Amino acid sequence: MSLPADPLLIADDVSMSDLPGEVPEGPDVVVRGRRQLVLRRLRRNRAAMAALVVLLLLFVSAFLGPTVYKAITGWDYEGQDFTSFLSPPSATHWFGTTQIGGDVFAQTMRGLQKSLLIGLLVALISTGLAAVVGSVAGYFGGWVDRALMWIVDLLLVIPSFLIIAIMMRNVKDAGWIVLVLLIALFGWMITARIIRGMTLSLREREFVLAARYSGVSSAGIIFRHLIPNMSSLLIIDATIAVATAIIAESGLSYFGFGVKPPDVSLGTLIADGTQSAFTFPWLFMFSGGLLVLTTLAVSVFGDGLRDALDPSSKRAGGGR
Amino acid sequence: MTTQAQSTTERAGADAPLLEVRDLTVEFQGEDGPVPAVRGVSYALTPGEVLGIVGESGSGKSVSSLAVMGLLPATARVTGSVRLRGRDLLGLSDRELARIRGRKIAMIFQDPLSALTPVYSIGDQIAETVMIHQGASKADAFTRAVELLDAVGIPNAAQRAKAYPHEFSGGMRQRVMIAMSIANDPDVLIADEPTTALDVTIQAQVLELLDTAREITNAATIMITHDLGVVAGIADRILVMYAGKAVESGRVEPVYADPRMPYTIGLLGSVPRLDRPGQPLTPIEGSPPNVARLPKGCPFVARCPVRISLCETVEPDLEPTAGGGRWAACHRSEEIELGRIHGAPVFPLPEIATLREELPREQRTAVLQVDNLAKRYAITKGAVLRRKIGTITAVDGISFDIREGEALGLVGESGCGKTTTIMQILELTPPEQGSVVVLGQDVGSLNSQQRKQLRRDVQVVFQDPMASLDPRLPVGDLIDEPLRSFGVPADKRRARVRELLSLVGLSPEHANRYPADFSGGQRQRIGIARALALEPKLLVLDEPVSALDVSIQAGVLNLLEDLKVRLGLSYLFVAHDLSVVRHIADRVAVMYLGRLVEVGAAGHVFERPTHPYTQALLSAVPIPDPVAERQRTRILVHGDLPSPANLPSGCRFRSRCPLFAELPSDQQQLCIDVDPQLESRGGDLASACHWARERQVLPGA
Repeated sequence: MSLPADPLLIADDVSMSDLPGEVPEGPDVVVRGRRQLVLRRLRRNRAAMAALVVLLLLFVSAFLGPTVYKAITGWDYEGQDFTSFLSPPSATHWFGTTQIGGDVFAQTMRGLQKSLLIGLLVALISTGLAAVVGSVAGYFGGWVDRALMWIVDLLLVIPSFLIIAIMMRNVKDAGWIVLVLLIALFGWMITARIIRGMTLSLREREFVLAARYSGVSSAGIIFRHLIPNMSSLLIIDATIAVATAIIAESGLSYFGFGVKPPDVSLGTLIADGTQSAFTFPWLFMFSGGLLVLTTLAVSVFGDGLRDALDPSSKRAGGGR
Repeated sequence: MTTQAQSTTERAGADAPLLEVRDLTVEFQGEDGPVPAVRGVSYALTPGEVLGIVGESGSGKSVSSLAVMGLLPATARVTGSVRLRGRDLLGLSDRELARIRGRKIAMIFQDPLSALTPVYSIGDQIAETVMIHQGASKADAFTRAVELLDAVGIPNAAQRAKAYPHEFSGGMRQRVMIAMSIANDPDVLIADEPTTALDVTIQAQVLELLDTAREITNAATIMITHDLGVVAGIADRILVMYAGKAVESGRVEPVYADPRMPYTIGLLGSVPRLDRPGQPLTPIEGSPPNVARLPKGCPFVARCPVRISLCETVEPDLEPTAGGGRWAACHRSEEIELGRIHGAPVFPLPEIATLREELPREQRTAVLQVDNLAKRYAITKGAVLRRKIGTITAVDGISFDIREGEALGLVGESGCGKTTTIMQILELTPPEQGSVVVLGQDVGSLNSQQRKQLRRDVQVVFQDPMASLDPRLPVGDLIDEPLRSFGVPADKRRARVRELLSLVGLSPEHANRYPADFSGGQRQRIGIARALALEPKLLVLDEPVSALDVSIQAGVLNLLEDLKVRLGLSYLFVAHDLSVVRHIADRVAVMYLGRLVEVGAAGHVFERPTHPYTQALLSAVPIPDPVAERQRTRILVHGDLPSPANLPSGCRFRSRCPLFAELPSDQQQLCIDVDPQLESRGGDLASACHWARERQVLPGA
C-alpha cells in the first residue's frame, strides 16, 4: 500500500470484507438475468416510478386532453374567441387566451404533443447514435475509427442551423419527423467522441477479453459490456438532450423553419409568451411550467435508471 | 556511510526500547459511525531488531505504521502512545513530526514509482532529504546522494543520480527508496510491503539490501508484509494482526514451529510451500469481518474451526502463552500445541479428489501442442512516415505440449513473455511463426466458425477477478455468457448456472448479485465457474491466485486441484509464484526472455534443476520456515532483465548468470558465441545451458 492521501481510501481498505454469512435459500432459486434485476431495482425506486407516472400523465393529457377539452369547452388550438382577448384563466378558457383570442390550454396541449415527441425522440436517437458510433469506433479502431471520426468532425464543422433551415423548406407535410431526425443528426457528435474515448479505455479491461475468449461476438461485447458500462454518461446525456431538443426546436420555429403556424409547440409558445411573462403570465407560465415538468420528470427517471443499472449504487439498494 | 553510523550505535541503555508502541488505536469516521482500523497494538523495538507485522489486506497493518509515522489524515483519531527514545510522538505537531520523519523514522513504500516525484532527478530527491535534515549544502548533499546510491548497488551512481524515476526499473526504484530512507541514518525503518510488487529474483536482491541497510544504520526495522516467507527470512520477532488487533506475537522460530492462535495456524497451513509439495493446503473458510461491524466476541470466531461458546461472547486479550516470551489472543491457546488441539489438527484437511487411474503420459492425447511459437513486435518511429527501428522479441520459438489431465506451470519473471504466449494461444489465430495445435486442430487452418467452436474447449481464468468480471452484469449473466454465445436455450442455461455455482463452492442464490458484492476469492470462483461453463478441455490460468490473500488463495488452489481431477481438465498455469506452481503443476516450463530454459516434470525441475536460472529462481523464493530459511544460501541473479529489444549475444541469460561469472574465460566464450538449445538432461527434463549441472537448492527436497 502506498501512502494513502484519501481517508476514504484507507477506510475502504479497512472495511473491505463483505458478505456476512447468509443462509442460501435452497436449490430452487430463480436465476434472474440483468434485465429482470434492473427492472426490479428500478421498480423499487419510488422517485423514478413517480417520474414515470408524471411522464405518462403528460402524454395522456397531451394526446387526449385536446379532444376532451373540445368536448367540454368547444375550443381547439386553431379556433379564436373574438369575445375575449388576453383574458386570464377562467372556466371557458382554462389557461386564458392570447392577444388574438386563441385558447392557451388547447395550444399548450397541442404544443406539448409536439415537444414531448420531439424531445424524447431526439434524445433517444442522438444518444443512441452517439453510443453506437462512439463505441464501434473505439472498439474496432483502425480505419473504422478513422472513417467514423471523420464523419463526426465533418458534422461538427457544418453549420447545422443552415442545413436544417434549407432542408425544412423542402419538406411540407410530416415536417416534424424530419425535424426530429435533423436535430438528432446534429446533436450526437460530441457525446460520440466522449464515448469513443471511454471505449478506448474500457476495451483494454480484462472482462472484454474474457468475453471475447468465451466466444462473444463484437456486437455482443459492444451492446452487453461496453455500452452498459457507460450508461451513466449516456443517461445524463439523454436527459440533457430532451431539454435542448425542445429549446432547439423553438429556436428554429422562431425563424419559421420548425413547427409552422398555425401549428404550435411548447417552444413557440414559450418564445411568444416570454415578452409578456410579467404582464400576462398565463401566456408563458403554463407552457414554461410544462417544459420544466417534462425535463424534471425525465431527469428523475434517468437518475433512477442510472442507479438501477449501476450495481454499486447504494440508493437503488440491493436490499442490503 | 560509516562516519554517521556510530552516532546511533550508542545505546540508550540496553533494555530501554528504542521505539515503544502502546495500545495504539486508530479510528476513521465511517458513514455509520467510527470504523476502528487498529484496535490496540503494542510492541517495542530495540536497535537492530526486525519486527515482522503480518496480516491480510484490511487487517490494519499498514494503518498502524502510518499512525506511528504520523502520516494519517486529520480525520483519523489516533490514541495510545508511540514513544521514540522515550519521547511521545502522538501529541507532536506536524512541524515537529516533520523533523523526525525522514531523520529518525524512515519509511519505504510498496510502490516506489508513486513514492518518488517524477519531475525531479533521483539524486536531487535524495539530496533534498539530506539538505533538510542535516543542513548540508547542495553540492555536499548531492555527493552524499551519489554515495548512497552506490551503497545500495546502483551501477554508475554518479551518472544515474541525474536520471529520473521513470528511467529506473521497479527493483532499482526500490533501491533508490532504500537509499533515501537510510540517507539520514534513521533509528527506525518502516518497510511497508517493500517487495510485493517485485519479481522473486529482485525481491531477493532487495531483501538482502534491506538487511545490509539495517546493518549499516543499526536501525530497528518494522517489516510489514503478507508474505510469511519474507518474515521467516528477515525478522527476529513476528506480530500477526487480524481485524485491527495483534492476535499472536513472539520470536519468529517458536511462532512458526508452534503457533498458538488458530488464525496463525491457518495462515501457515494455507501457504503453499516449495519444500513440501505434497502437503495439502488448509484454507481458512470465510473472509475477514468488516471492522465497522465487528462481532461481539473474538473477531476470528466465524472462521475458527475450534471455537467454543466463550469465543462468541468474550474477545480474548493478547496474553502470555506457551511458557512465556510469547503472546496469543485465544481462549484456547494453552490447549493448542504444534497446530493440533488434543491431538487433532486445528484445521482439518480438506477433501480433494485424489488422482484417478491414469495412462502413462506418452499414451494420453495431447490437448495443446505449441511448436516453435514466436511473437515479435516492431518498434516504430515517426508519426507520418513510420519506419521500423527495431524489434521486440516477446516470444522466441518456444515449444511445449500439454497432455490430457495434466497441469503445465509456465513460470518466469514479468516481461519474460508468459502473457504474450498465452494470449497468442487464446487468440486461436495463426501465429506469425510456428504452430499452435489444440486438440489435434491446427489453429492456422481454422475458419472463423471453426475457431468459435474451438473456443468451447479452451477457456481462460484471469489474474484480477475485479477486472475480468463486468461490474454491470449480475453473476448469473456473467456465468452463462459463454453458453449464450453458443446458443444454449435459456432454461438449460439457468440450470447450468446453478450447477456451476455449486461446483465452485458458491450458492445458487449468488447468481442474482453483482460482482461488487463478492470478496476477491469468491470473485475468482465466479471466474472459474464461467470458464467451466462450456466444459472445456483446457483451462488457461493466468496468475489466478496472485491477487488474493493467502488464506483465500488456498481455497482457490484446492478448488482448482479438485476440479482438475474430477473433470479431467488440463491446465496451462501461468504464475510467477513458484510455490503455487510447485503445488499444482505436474510439469513445469521455465521461461526467460521469450525462451524456455528448462522444461520437465515438476518434481524433477524443483528438486534437481539443471539451469542456473531455475536454480536462482528457486533459491530466491522465501520459505515460511525460519530455521530452514536462514540456512539456505541464496544464488543471487545480478541486475535486471535485459531489454528484449537488445538481447545479449549467445546465451540470453549470460548477462545475469551466476554460473557464467564463475566460469573460466575459455568456457565463457561458448556462452557468448553460441545460443544454447533445449537438450535432454535425462528422463523428462530438458534445459538450455552449455554447462548445465544439477544442483539442489531446496532444503529437505
